[in-house]
Amino acid sequence: MTDAVKVIEGEVKSGNRIATFAKREIGRVLALASLVVIFIFFTIMRPVFASWENVSGGILMSTTVIGLMAIGTTFVIITGGIDLSIGTATALVAVIVGKLVQGLNLNVWTGILVGIIVGGLCGVINGLLITILKLPPFIATLATMKAAQGLALIISDLKPVLFTTDVPGWDAIATGNIIPGLPNGILILFGAAVVASIILNKTVIGRYTFAIGSNEAATKLSGVKVNSWLIAIYGLGGLYVGLAAVVLTSRLGSARPDLGLGYELEAIAAVIIGGTSLLGGKGTISGTIIGALIMSVLVNGLRILELQQEWQYVITGLVIVLAVWGDNVRRRRTGEIS
Amino acid sequence: MATTQLLSLTGVSKEFPGVKALNNVHFDLNKGEVHAIVGENGAGKSTLMKILSGIYKKDTGDIVYLGNHVNVKSPLEAQKLGISIIHQELNLMPDLTVAQNIFIGRENRRKGRLFLDDRKLNKAAKALLEELDLVLDPRQKVGELTIAKQQMVEIAKAVSYRGEVIIMDEPTSSLTPAETDALFKIIRALKASGKGVVYISHRLEELSKITDRITVIRDGEYVKTLNTPDTSIPEVISLMVGRKVDQDQRPDVRTMSTEVVLKVEGISDSRLLKDVSFELRKGEILGFAGLMGAGRTELARALIGADPKTSGKIFLRGKEVKIKSPSDAVKSGIGYLSEDRKKYGLLLIQNVTFNVILSSIPSFSNKLGFLKTKPAGAITRDAIKQLSIRTPSENQYLKNLSGGNQQKVVISKWLTRDCDILIFDEPTRGIDVGAKDEIYKLLAKLASEGKSIIMISSELPEILRMSDRIAVMCEGQLTGIINNKDADQNKIMQLATKFRD
Repeated sequence: MTDAVKVIEGEVKSGNRIATFAKREIGRVLALASLVVIFIFFTIMRPVFASWENVSGGILMSTTVIGLMAIGTTFVIITGGIDLSIGTATALVAVIVGKLVQGLNLNVWTGILVGIIVGGLCGVINGLLITILKLPPFIATLATMKAAQGLALIISDLKPVLFTTDVPGWDAIATGNIIPGLPNGILILFGAAVVASIILNKTVIGRYTFAIGSNEAATKLSGVKVNSWLIAIYGLGGLYVGLAAVVLTSRLGSARPDLGLGYELEAIAAVIIGGTSLLGGKGTISGTIIGALIMSVLVNGLRILELQQEWQYVITGLVIVLAVWGDNVRRRRTGEIS
Repeated sequence: MATTQLLSLTGVSKEFPGVKALNNVHFDLNKGEVHAIVGENGAGKSTLMKILSGIYKKDTGDIVYLGNHVNVKSPLEAQKLGISIIHQELNLMPDLTVAQNIFIGRENRRKGRLFLDDRKLNKAAKALLEELDLVLDPRQKVGELTIAKQQMVEIAKAVSYRGEVIIMDEPTSSLTPAETDALFKIIRALKASGKGVVYISHRLEELSKITDRITVIRDGEYVKTLNTPDTSIPEVISLMVGRKVDQDQRPDVRTMSTEVVLKVEGISDSRLLKDVSFELRKGEILGFAGLMGAGRTELARALIGADPKTSGKIFLRGKEVKIKSPSDAVKSGIGYLSEDRKKYGLLLIQNVTFNVILSSIPSFSNKLGFLKTKPAGAITRDAIKQLSIRTPSENQYLKNLSGGNQQKVVISKWLTRDCDILIFDEPTRGIDVGAKDEIYKLLAKLASEGKSIIMISSELPEILRMSDRIAVMCEGQLTGIINNKDADQNKIMQLATKFRD
């Protein structure tokens, strides 16, 4: 061992743990800092922005659906893939759940389970197209995106499927309060995020998610059944889409077949703002949640400032550019990328 | 002397987070000179070249080019100054033609500057190729050319900038001897026209043929500059590694087990392989020699199920096994170490621990699928110690390790998986002499511990030094298996060219 290596080793051992943690996590620390700064800015402009009513009802609740979709698709993006179908799949799952719950008179819990499973199946279908037919993820999920959109319209007969009148308690899934003052939807979002983070960082499927995204060929030659795991990972992402659909129908009181297209891009934007690389191999759930919150805070704050919606879109675009560019600059500086 | 000096670097240092890559390095280059930089992997050769060509910025030091102090801030600026680099991995666009590649970014335009003028471009390329005595069609697509010809395109491109300094990073690593000679002819012509060539190579036997001076660096430090006629390969090697290394070794005669671990019967594929059969014994190193394209890598990939086979049976300790995918192979205890580690062996953006446990993740997890990180870290630290992997810690990213150390990480991966049969495809490609020696010792140690090793290598000294028996392939067929004591380079080459001419 050379002297240089010895010196470095010494530094690492004696180095402050908090300092090394901060250095490693600087991407997310910065993202969180920008969220806080944006939040403070709106609060100064309009103090009502920071009221709990606005924070829970306006910001957090409006993050639930996109946030859940973004959590699921974080797994897919870390594998180096993409899922464009999550938006219309949400609509498809919603109408299927609506029809099944009404037709079979299912209770709330069974309805939730059905939604999650149908969402998972949508993901598995994407996984099969990508692994068995070897379609590029972009193409495969573009196809399922269109197919899901059509199927949602066909199954619903172009009409919203109403829930609330027939299924007692369906609206409470998202808007009820198990914890007083905190809508269940928000609880579901953060609970699902914690579960996803544990899956991603502490379990075998999470580790393979990173491995496949880092180098699929090497992972395969290492004896990992890459295809099976990819199907599982797309399926896992689909479970979150299913949950998102359930929360959406609960909030709206109906399943609208036309709602969902475009959500996929918002979810992907949240993932990217959160620092997950589209090239695969890197990413975090907490980053994704921060990314989704930044988008909701912006939309909500700009609305409170009475800025027209057109401008909200423009500013969201700018934020995506700033977030990814800033992250690139930082990584280049630390030598993480060249 | 001062008037003929093209380039001089003094006191150049460069630090990366956690690694001192270069420390006070000197180097100079004269007109009409070929000056080699040699050193082990991780010694800092590439870093030095990247500083010179503007890819990295130096921390301290001085660069004087044609008498002026310069600060090369970007590759574009290096090119403008007249410093061109030909990377080991060629940077050509396979779907563009030779001429389009040479003049990329500087295309001729028609009047109005909107449309390209390909005819003019081809003419300029033709003139340039003729000037360099290169037999190439400017209109041919680069992807259709051999690696050697592609390299000539790179050289033409470098010369087309009319620069004074051309840096060649491992230019011969994928060339045949004949192609290497052709390259040397071109280098001599460049020399005669007054250009300076910086030459980086692991193949030390080339240095005496082509270079005028040799600068040795070790662990980021300048060691010595030698005049090529006054030195010898052993001297260069001992300066590189700081000790003496024996070049023409044969293996110690091991008492060979008669237990057949792996038996391969009649493997064929749809493209190249024809009826290949052999046996691998316990604790044996079976070398696979042959020319490029003889089918050795294809055999390995068919064996581990990475590519389909049309026929053939595989027996493990007498029992037939079906291997249809790499995961079947790994389950049977067969690990494959590709010649292209970065592409097929490693997760470069992940850390050492992740890479070491990659093949054995299920055994580092409980029934619910949760990972046990503590044993994973412990086994990795153990592997780092056992194989003396040079890394600050098990949390270092793989891309920050040198080639030799990356190779050791791949080996650790298979040892952690408890593979008994290891297939090494060009185990020392891109690894320098000192680290090579370490890899050789490791291979011998693994064999003596009862692992069975298939070693594919294009370097005959390596085959002769390591193998107990040598299998030779030619055009997809096995042309012979000889015991090491009966083998020499001539015999192997005869078998390797059996079906040629």
